[in-house]
Amino acid sequence: MLQIDIESCIGCGICESTCTFGAIKVEGGHAVVGETCTLCGSCVDVCEVVALSIKREEKITQGDLADWSGVWVYAECRHGRLAPVALELLGAGRKLADQRGVPLSAVLLGSKIEGLADELIACGADKVFVVDDPALASFTDDAYGNALSALAKKHRPEIILAGATAIGRSFIPRVATTLATGLTADCTNLAIREEDGALLQTRPAFGGNIMATIVCPHTRPQISTVRPLVMKPLARDAGRKGEIIKVNLDPALLKPRVKVLDSVVEDLDRVNLSEADIVVAGGRGLESEKGFAMIRELADVLGGAVAASRAAVDSGWIPYPHQVGQTGKTVAPKIYFACGISGAIQHLVGMQSADTIIAINRDADAPIFDVATYGIVGDVLEIVPKLIEKFKGRKGA
Amino acid sequence: MKIIVCIKQVPDAKDVRLDPKTNTLSREGVQAIMNPYDRHALEEAVRLKEQHGGTVTVLSMGPPQAEEMLREAVSCGADEAVLVSDRAFAGADTWATTYTLSQAIKKIDDFDLILCGKQAIDGDTAQVGPGLAERLDIPFVAYVRKINDCTASAIRAERLMDDGYDLVEVPLPALFTVVKEINEPRIPSLKGKMRAKKIDITKLTAVDIEADPEQLGLKGSTTQVVKVFSPELKGARAMLVGTADEQVAQLYEKLSPLL
Repeated sequence: MLQIDIESCIGCGICESTCTFGAIKVEGGHAVVGETCTLCGSCVDVCEVVALSIKREEKITQGDLADWSGVWVYAECRHGRLAPVALELLGAGRKLADQRGVPLSAVLLGSKIEGLADELIACGADKVFVVDDPALASFTDDAYGNALSALAKKHRPEIILAGATAIGRSFIPRVATTLATGLTADCTNLAIREEDGALLQTRPAFGGNIMATIVCPHTRPQISTVRPLVMKPLARDAGRKGEIIKVNLDPALLKPRVKVLDSVVEDLDRVNLSEADIVVAGGRGLESEKGFAMIRELADVLGGAVAASRAAVDSGWIPYPHQVGQTGKTVAPKIYFACGISGAIQHLVGMQSADTIIAINRDADAPIFDVATYGIVGDVLEIVPKLIEKFKGRKGA
Repeated sequence: MKIIVCIKQVPDAKDVRLDPKTNTLSREGVQAIMNPYDRHALEEAVRLKEQHGGTVTVLSMGPPQAEEMLREAVSCGADEAVLVSDRAFAGADTWATTYTLSQAIKKIDDFDLILCGKQAIDGDTAQVGPGLAERLDIPFVAYVRKINDCTASAIRAERLMDDGYDLVEVPLPALFTVVKEINEPRIPSLKGKMRAKKIDITKLTAVDIEADPEQLGLKGSTTQVVKVFSPELKGARAMLVGTADEQVAQLYEKLSPLL
């Protein structure tokens, strides 16, 4: 509960203007809290007369938190291949581990995947725990969850990172529940708090409209799933040394209740979009399917992939797998062209980590320009054909 | 077949905007709606009931106003509605939420299948479904896009993966979270609306579900929000000037070294 000391409150209204959720109002000379309060604590921090407080009772922690040490990365693989996010997490995990002065370990679960351990060491891991077992050939929440939980109970890491992928977001909540600890989903930023070494986990909420920084104060490990393509992998160094630890787990732990009868790979288009160096995206400003065809042509000339805003997908100019944004894909190419896209926050969260962003829009006030490296205010239907001509010339040269 | 569907009342996120001047979420005209993914879970439950017989119970944890949403669920085919509501639940993270829901489900007791939406559009965590399955110690499948076959003891279903899909077989009781591709939710029938008006909604408090107060709400949460802020947009904002041809030429110069 947010507690308001009516005696101290001077009704200044600073809390009211700070509250992101519109949950606190000055009424009858003092602050009053409403139903929409999420206990985020922003108002407590800004109150100059210390009239606001959140009663947090100290919890009994699971023994000494300092017993938990080391940073772990769950190295996802599927169909015998490492997911790119595994290497990105080693990049992020390396920084956290160095700051904490602890080792960075990767956990590899699967069947016939032992050969992937060297790659994880080359990309930053000090240790790799490998559970190579036919029972882990297909992903099941039971077996994967039990395996990771058992390893964490034994070795007690302080932090576990996993990709916010279909697999990570499916079984990591189970691991957190088994270990009776906190989990923060879909993080886009991770940092260590200087005063106590806690993991600061930042993630978007409300469709990307706000960002929230979350801690896990009383329990360990601190677990995060991290959005793919946000963190940067380290440069691969085959000379790096590390330790590979093979683990045999009790077969009873690896016996899943869910049976995977078949595993079908489809929709390669989607993979291409996530991995493309150049992405050309179109939005409502293209006005028609015919207008959108120019986006494909520009992408073709540049050797890039085609993407779209939700508006373009909803208009039926291009199918859903090409949608970038909160409800579509996240991309982080070297160059991103946003053509006729106004830049709703839901779109921005899916592409703002691109290295160079070019925005072309008629409206000089469009929010897309806030993330743009280069902006052109103009008619996309006039500019894009000129770009096509210009870059066509380059190709021939 | 007895099916429980967990549903949540959320602000319609597509209408939520951050006011850049006041730094507050503008909620003007923002309606409280049934979480869109939960609507698909409800529809799938009603379809399974229509094919195989049984009952559908909708369960929600939330403020008293969530009653309205539960009535809407009844108008769309649910037979029973349960609202777990208590001031003690305020500030719950997903850990405390799964505890509360699991206690309520133990009270409802008898079920073959629990369906949830893949995530709620306010928090977007997708953690309550899998966490709840673990607490109830039942098998779990995320991102179900199709239920292919259903018997009294098992279900065959397709789950969406990042590179395609898996066909899985799951013994019951089990918990699934569903994606919107699974079905097209129906609109309420007139008969359904009549029933929704009259139905008695079961209301449970923390005491009714025999909850340990230490595990509830803010107190029972394992995570804490320490800061909320608007997303930082960090473009260089180099606006090109001149005629269209000049701007295109400048852009070409800037991009050529990168290609």
